[in-house]
Amino acid sequence: MIPACDNLGVNFPSTRRSAVFATGSADAGQRRQAFEVLVEAYWRPVYKYIRLKWGASGDEAQDLTQGFFTRAIEKSFFAGYEPAKGSFRTFLRACLEGFVANERKSAQRIKRGGGTEVLSLDFESAEGELRQHEPPAGLSMEDYFRQEWVRSLFGLAVESLREECAARGKQAHFGLFERYDLDEAEATYEELAREFGLSVSDVTNYLAFARREFRRIVLDKLRETTGDDQEFRSEARLLLGVDPG
Amino acid sequence: MRWLGHKTLEHLREVVEAPDLSGTKYRLIREIGRGGMGIVYEAEDVELDRRVALKVLNGVDISGEARILARLEHPGIVPVHDVGTLPDGRVFYAMKLVEGTRLDRLAQSGASLADRLRVFQKTCEAVAFAHSHGVIHRDLKPENIMVGSFGEVLIMDWGVARRGPQPDAAPGTVMGTAGYMAPEQARGEVDRVDERSDGYALGAILRFLAGDREVPRRLAAISAKAMATEPGNRYVSAQDLGADVARFLDGLPVEAYHEGIFERLARVASRNQMAVVLVAAYLLMRVLLLLFTRR
Repeated sequence: MIPACDNLGVNFPSTRRSAVFATGSADAGQRRQAFEVLVEAYWRPVYKYIRLKWGASGDEAQDLTQGFFTRAIEKSFFAGYEPAKGSFRTFLRACLEGFVANERKSAQRIKRGGGTEVLSLDFESAEGELRQHEPPAGLSMEDYFRQEWVRSLFGLAVESLREECAARGKQAHFGLFERYDLDEAEATYEELAREFGLSVSDVTNYLAFARREFRRIVLDKLRETTGDDQEFRSEARLLLGVDPG
Repeated sequence: MRWLGHKTLEHLREVVEAPDLSGTKYRLIREIGRGGMGIVYEAEDVELDRRVALKVLNGVDISGEARILARLEHPGIVPVHDVGTLPDGRVFYAMKLVEGTRLDRLAQSGASLADRLRVFQKTCEAVAFAHSHGVIHRDLKPENIMVGSFGEVLIMDWGVARRGPQPDAAPGTVMGTAGYMAPEQARGEVDRVDERSDGYALGAILRFLAGDREVPRRLAAISAKAMATEPGNRYVSAQDLGADVARFLDGLPVEAYHEGIFERLARVASRNQMAVVLVAAYLLMRVLLLLFTRR
């Protein structure tokens, strides 16, 4: 079926503001916080993209990743983003392409610790992921970048959910979410009820809570890492598995 | 950070996508289908203790399917029970959960031609009812027709249906399914799409139901007339199409086919087999009696 699908006005709650625009804030504290949010969400896809797209070595990719984000902070790269021209994710990738091409051309890569700010990024784990999980055959680099961005976003949301549940004394809620929704081994509600010493109805309720919170966190993080409401909705549709149309 | 494998990532997408039904009287059970307009879930109405089909739309516009269905109260059209908005702004509506077999699967299950055609007649009745209320379905196909265990027929998926005679899309917009779309619909001639375009789709459904082996000529003529390229050469209404199929089932002459004298005799004989046998037996007896008395 070819649907008439031009009004996907999803109205997600805007509990957080966009970190993309906060990178242009006059307040240095807000600016720094905004960059931290973006770096946290994007550094893994950026690192892996550099490794695979340009065939960079681990050391070179680390330098380029560090260099890209520190330059973006210094030069306020992201303040030039215009939502009308496309998604922030695409804009960031275009900035990255330009940055890497220039760096390689001039062969003046920023060396780690060479007088510029060094971001604390766990390159070792990203490298381990690359070694253990090869990208699916036939996937374009653009799709790979998007896939890794989604993985990063969901990964951060899982960590946030873990922290929030721990802070609220709801470890069992997260434990169930981890077993049922994150572990690829399939378990039934009855098995989980036995494992956690709960009733099946508690398992249902705890899981519903954890999933609801996970959904909220994912959407909050998405809002932070997109430019405006339209882009947020478009990216949410992408995340939710519906073509933007 | 924990590594999320492809399978987990896909599962988490579904978790995020699943509607948050907290604050509603529904409990999610499972996803049962998805299309361009939204996703359909099986859910439980915990207040009324019944299962429903919950359609969550991609957008917030409820002027379409739910309102169309709400005005079409007919046994052959899925009723809407309830409409609401999820915390994320998406609109959902609860419909009757139709448990049965899709027409495309029923046709492949070995149901007799007569049974298939009776389902088709009921489909025509429901479509005619919608047309009488100014609603054109625009995506009729076997996959959108459900046959219940008591033979009830329900037309589903009114997501691209149109109310009223005015075009609701820009010229060139194509809505429907290839193979069932009328030519004017496939060309995106939105101002030419009307009840007869649904009639074309019904003709394509009839052709599908008739199968591709030893299709009776009169039945093939009915589907051919319904699927005429020019809308003016098709049946005027879904009701007329259903009536012609009813005549075929009853062994009566059909509007779509002009039969010769021998075909007519064969049809009459086939329709009145008992009478033909009795007359033949009577004539045979008379002949035998005549021969016997002459001796």
